[in-house]
Amino acid sequence: MYDVAIIGGGVVGCAIARELSRYQLDVVLVEKCAEVGFGTTKTNSGIIHAGHHSPPDTLKGRLAVRGNQLFDALRQELSFGFRRIGELVVAQRPEDLPVLDGLKEQGRKKGVPGLEIWDRERLHREEPNLSMELLAALHAPTAGVINPYEFAFALIEHAVDNGVKLVVDAPVEKLDVAPDGITVHTPKGSFPARFVVNCAGVFADEIAGMAGLEEFHIHPRKGEEYMLDKRLQGLVRRLIFPVPSPKTKGTLIIPTFDGTIMVGPTAEDTQDRFDLSTTDAGAGKVFDFVRRICPAISPRDTIAEFAGLRAVSDTNDFIIGPTKVKGFINVAGIQSPGLTASPAIAEYVRDILKDEGLALDEKADFRRHVPCAPRFSAADLDQRERLVAENPLFARVVCRCELVTEAEVQDAIDRGARTLDGIKFRSRAGMGRCQGGFCASRCMTLLAERGGVPFHAITKRGGGSWIVAEMINEQHPRQGESEDESC
Amino acid sequence: MLGRAEGRYDVVVVGGGPAGMGAALGARDSGAERVLILDREPEIGGILLQCIHSGFGLHYFREELTGPEYAERFLAKAIDQDIDLLTDSYVSGVTVDSSGRKAVRVMNEQRGILTLETRSVVLAMGCRERTRGAIRIPGTRPSGVLTAGFAQKLVNMMGYLPGKRIAILGSGDIGLIMARRLILEGCEVVGVFEIMPHSNGLTRNVVQCLDDFGVPLHLSTTVVNIDGRDRVERITVAPVGEDMAPIMERAWDVDCDTLLISIGLIPENELSRKLGIQLDEVNTGGPWVSSTMETSMPGMFACGNVVHVHDVADFVTREALLAGQFAGEWAQGIRRPIDNINLVPGDNLRYCVPHSLSPGREHTVYMRCREPMAKCKLRVGDLREKKLRYVFPAEMISLKIRPDLLDRFHGDTLRVDLVPRG
Repeated sequence: MYDVAIIGGGVVGCAIARELSRYQLDVVLVEKCAEVGFGTTKTNSGIIHAGHHSPPDTLKGRLAVRGNQLFDALRQELSFGFRRIGELVVAQRPEDLPVLDGLKEQGRKKGVPGLEIWDRERLHREEPNLSMELLAALHAPTAGVINPYEFAFALIEHAVDNGVKLVVDAPVEKLDVAPDGITVHTPKGSFPARFVVNCAGVFADEIAGMAGLEEFHIHPRKGEEYMLDKRLQGLVRRLIFPVPSPKTKGTLIIPTFDGTIMVGPTAEDTQDRFDLSTTDAGAGKVFDFVRRICPAISPRDTIAEFAGLRAVSDTNDFIIGPTKVKGFINVAGIQSPGLTASPAIAEYVRDILKDEGLALDEKADFRRHVPCAPRFSAADLDQRERLVAENPLFARVVCRCELVTEAEVQDAIDRGARTLDGIKFRSRAGMGRCQGGFCASRCMTLLAERGGVPFHAITKRGGGSWIVAEMINEQHPRQGESEDESC
Repeated sequence: MLGRAEGRYDVVVVGGGPAGMGAALGARDSGAERVLILDREPEIGGILLQCIHSGFGLHYFREELTGPEYAERFLAKAIDQDIDLLTDSYVSGVTVDSSGRKAVRVMNEQRGILTLETRSVVLAMGCRERTRGAIRIPGTRPSGVLTAGFAQKLVNMMGYLPGKRIAILGSGDIGLIMARRLILEGCEVVGVFEIMPHSNGLTRNVVQCLDDFGVPLHLSTTVVNIDGRDRVERITVAPVGEDMAPIMERAWDVDCDTLLISIGLIPENELSRKLGIQLDEVNTGGPWVSSTMETSMPGMFACGNVVHVHDVADFVTREALLAGQFAGEWAQGIRRPIDNINLVPGDNLRYCVPHSLSPGREHTVYMRCREPMAKCKLRVGDLREKKLRYVFPAEMISLKIRPDLLDRFHGDTLRVDLVPRG
């Protein structure tokens, strides 16, 4: 019997797994996709919010401020792209100006540091590519950008390193509630546990339903994002927000950690929990909107687009806590600022588990640091020489658009990548302007050689996302193709 | 790996496709002693190696060869000419000192990070394919959406089929050739969808790859949606109006498991951009080049698809031999007079290459038209007119300019354009 079974390997599930791995506990995390972070996490905008956006009397408001503060320490312990670049909420109309003051006051009450109103002149000095029509901006220096998938991988790798069991391709089929615990049934096995933590994202209400709980509903809200060519690198230096609406923080201009400009997201309610389609209408809205703030952005520069689903609950706040089913803890409705709050959610859930009777004894042998995998493209010339001297595979370039070397792709495979997307999201190979046209075959060969996945069985992201149909002349059937509903 | 690279070079060529091989041979012909070709792949030959269809060499060798055969002939010549070859090598930068000597930084697994000195450099990096993202096709993001060139590599180099029921967006040559290739391997090709009212590939490929196999070519039609959660399940296609906007009332679904994208090629100029070489961003997407194929940086030359996308490898070779010739001369201290005539494309031409000319030498100018035109003439300023029966964006127009022609020209900007006849 496990002490804790976590359902869902998004950033929240992974953060909880990693937090619990500090203690002498048997923890299992089950994930329905081929790898962690492949659901909402992978499509997140990747913003660590300063914390002034949500009201202080909400759970999400409180946890976001605490979460933001935890990231500096996390960055020391784990390896993931994160940088505090600051954020600007820009006023486009005179009626936006009092809203900026309101946000500043809200932030001040919550202890968000460094908030400052910039006038037009200051704004244009700092961000000369923004529209001359903008009137003023609220600057929040502690906001940052992060690669959300890297964060999920870093968390789970650390957790697994400290003894957490990770089971992928394991959609939960059934929960058996018994007086002494709950058994989680998946195609990859059944996992009895004293506590079950439901971090199933847009499926959290379905999982709660399996435990007999029908207290909330999740309403997926779709967001489309558009990645732009590196030609525009440096166009804006900070995150650019419009003045928020009740439903969303609006369509943003995001200089990602890796220097790619991303614009989005939209916010459209949908009934379909698998609806990850982008639309012409969505693209139109995004570009019309951001071009009013930054006229140099053009839809012609798009290199890739994607959509994700926010797990919006009926309460519009996070739903975190024990339930009337003993041992079943909900961590649901984690929409924005869920990524920012995730490390604080992990602490919060740890305390709930303790209150519910889980003994927390720290491990003496907890391994605090995960060595940082070097990134060749970010290294200076001297560092590059050293890296190549240590490992000649740093001199073999796999992805030329993002300058990713074979050493980094191998590292991604060694760290657990088993799909093309798994390699892409760990190493950035295939993320650039040619979108894998040149490097996908090389990554597949490496995955076959080093990751032990037969070439014909390699998928884009697990499930039925096969890449090659068959081997010519040998009629080699695809293997490993499961019938599962995958992500 | 082919691996010889040491000492100082006269000419270093970046890229070992038809352009790079041609340039290296041109440099040797000019008398340059020490010439090196660098390529990032394990073998010299570039994209020719995956083009196992025939049709290469018709102009240059006057016989029909496959891509690998065409590459093999040049490789044999390069070896015969004592040209150094270093493969599995990635050029991360080139620096130029005050005396104009260049240092090429190369990454190679066996050799580590190398710095090779050279007098001149030829950029011959070729081009890459436009992707789904470039045209923002709405829909889901399943596997099974790939460029035609990647499919060609999977089939011809690696021995795997990308799918069984194939739709093709765009009628670029690689897409057309892959339609035939996949049919021969037992796939079903359900149709080629081209947004323009005319094919973007060579006529011979439309005939030999589509017509002969009964594959429908839907002109003025595009893909408006991709559907499928894990793998492509179907696409939606729709005719487009004269404004290129899809007419959604007339859209229909096509069941398929694969969508090949063949919507054009882009010169691969990341390195050129990094070096600060001036690019013709609007017209060719490649470096601005003089009549000696020299870029805006002295001693740095360029040729082939990195300059402008050619439709036939033989034309790449012709241009590359020239670029190599001048790069070799440059290395030997021979300087040609600086061009004094700018060549400018008129309204009906998308571009012309080179970007400038010099009197006293024969030139070949390469051009591409914007729209198909029947019965037109090519007008070179007031100097010359050439009647053309039919021009077509997929087929490059070339024009020889005799040395004496420019003697009669006294301006500094020569405009070339297509004009209707009669």
